[in-house]
Amino acid sequence: MTITHDTVDVLIIGAGASGAVMAWSLADTRMRILCLEQGDWMKPTDYPANGRDWEARRMTDWEIHPSRRARETDYPVNDDNSVMKVANFCGVGGGTVFWTAHFPRLHPSDFRVKSLDGVAEDWPISYWDLAPWFEQNDRFFGVAGLPGDPGVPDRNPPMPPVPLGRTGAAYARAMNRLGWHWWPSDIAIATEEYEGRAKCINLGHCTPGCAQGAKSGADITYWPAAIRAGVELRTRCRVREITTNDQGMASGVIYYDFEGNEHFQPAEVVILACNGVGTPRILLNSTSGRFPNGLANSSGLVGRNLMLHPWPQVRGYVEEEMDADRGPMTSIWSKQFYETDPSRGFLRGYTLQFARGTGPVTEAVQGAAAGAIPWGPGHHAAFRRHFAHRLVVGIACDDLPEEHNRVTLDPVLTDSHGIPAPKIDYTLSANTAAMMEHGIARATEILEATGATGITTSRTLLNSPGHLLGTCRMGTDPERSVVNPWGRSHDVKNLFIVDGSIWVTGGGVNPTSTIQALALYIADQMKQRLATLFD
Amino acid sequence: MHPDDTGLTATEARDLRRLAGFMIPADPAFGVPGADDPAIIQDVIATLRRDTADVKLALAALAELAGGSFADLDDAAAEAVAMRLLAENAKPVLVLGRVVLSAYYRDDRVVRSLGREPGAPFPRGHVMPPTDWSLLDPVKTREPFWRKA
Repeated sequence: MTITHDTVDVLIIGAGASGAVMAWSLADTRMRILCLEQGDWMKPTDYPANGRDWEARRMTDWEIHPSRRARETDYPVNDDNSVMKVANFCGVGGGTVFWTAHFPRLHPSDFRVKSLDGVAEDWPISYWDLAPWFEQNDRFFGVAGLPGDPGVPDRNPPMPPVPLGRTGAAYARAMNRLGWHWWPSDIAIATEEYEGRAKCINLGHCTPGCAQGAKSGADITYWPAAIRAGVELRTRCRVREITTNDQGMASGVIYYDFEGNEHFQPAEVVILACNGVGTPRILLNSTSGRFPNGLANSSGLVGRNLMLHPWPQVRGYVEEEMDADRGPMTSIWSKQFYETDPSRGFLRGYTLQFARGTGPVTEAVQGAAAGAIPWGPGHHAAFRRHFAHRLVVGIACDDLPEEHNRVTLDPVLTDSHGIPAPKIDYTLSANTAAMMEHGIARATEILEATGATGITTSRTLLNSPGHLLGTCRMGTDPERSVVNPWGRSHDVKNLFIVDGSIWVTGGGVNPTSTIQALALYIADQMKQRLATLFD
Repeated sequence: MHPDDTGLTATEARDLRRLAGFMIPADPAFGVPGADDPAIIQDVIATLRRDTADVKLALAALAELAGGSFADLDDAAAEAVAMRLLAENAKPVLVLGRVVLSAYYRDDRVVRSLGREPGAPFPRGHVMPPTDWSLLDPVKTREPFWRKA
């Protein structure tokens, strides 16, 4: 039997980076707002950094890949036919629970790739449309950084940058020797007490949850404020499909609670905030006589143009002791190769990100798997040459849209409620491959400039980064896009999408800052149009 | 904890312990125990959980290579069999390596041998060295070079 609830004005699906922003921003309309989240509230006491098995848990119940992590609240993803793997987290805060908090923005040129470089499509909005929302988000979320970077437009991070440490200083000296740009990264970590949050104490194990609460997350910033403002958040509620009425408008959703009971939640407005895999999954599962190919899919683009951010890493080892697992995972970036230079043999570019190191277990496991740290009598000496001597340069490559890179529904695999799971098909383009090789060569030069030896490269990593973008892109043409320039579906006029799936191109940066600025922008656009929202 | 409580048989637990001793032998020069140390192997067995099936597969492969009980082989034969198994890149062998390393590198004695204090990262945290921001001086002289659009 289906349990039917009272109608809400706004129903948000997903309590992650963008869903939280929407809930908070729309709360001042005094509408009745409900958010359904398939995961739980996370407790800081449950994070791995509280235990001595903190590194082991990163490889089991705090794995970044949902299928391997396999928590009760996760859904499986079939990415066997992809050279890169996905990453996500289901819970209040979503991916901002399980992330490194690196907080760069897209560049102005990322919004104009067709006009500037003749590739892909321009976005229907510009960097400057988002600029005030970037700033607001930085202040609300709590971002550490340093103004004055010549590699990016001006911005004003409210807290000082994270320390360089031994590792960051080694990179900085090498970059200065090469004459290449570097700058302290924007990172969503409290480097001083901020809005009631304690400052970072360099636990170092940032990604799978911050036990100190210094790392920003939607669960400890936007959500408490949204709930105080009257938004209802229901956890352990997994949406199966969006329903429609005779007029072709969204009428609500069908979801399962944690006991498997089926519910119908009617709504006047439905907002999807489930990331570039979860959102197309729900839309493709929402079929009907009127929408046989899935909801909002008259363009056929729902699920297509998936972008995952190819992210090679180049690793080396130096003689002097480095930070290892101490301190936030990254401290500096380089924009030296971000903007297009056709003489390099590819279009667009990449950010270089400079990582610290790992804890002893991770160093040992990775070293053993790679054959660099042998089993047997030579183990201890080899381990000591590696542990706390590691440098890693990551190459965050721009990912341009290609329609064959896509999310579909797996014909066999389902989640614990029997809902078809997403299937990923993804390959690297020739442009991307050339960009990766260029970045690998530059990263190798940087490591050599540090004096590192034993340099090795990983072209595609099992766990990194898994950014999920582009599968319901925005645009002005309903035949070439899924949503309009302010996030409303071209086909269903009370259905909005606000997560990374509406991105037109991927850029060469971690996406959360831009995802949240975009959600703030869309919320503002909706508020300006409340009287004509469905016209 | 009795080995049977973890899903490993007594024979498997015995083979695992001997194998662990070949994987990471004790080394007085570094002041570290081997991975076959009773406390470490107990930690390995007690925390197998979701990795139990893979570890059992790896141990079955070990027994097959040994032609019977691995733990009963003489030292030379056992070492040869162990290294043959560990040279495989099959998932069960990698999982077995991971669970042994995970327990080994959180043992107090091993952690101290690395010059670190044992324990969870939280709430102690770490103190970072002060940053010399003069390193940024040459970068600050650059004109903005992001592409206007």
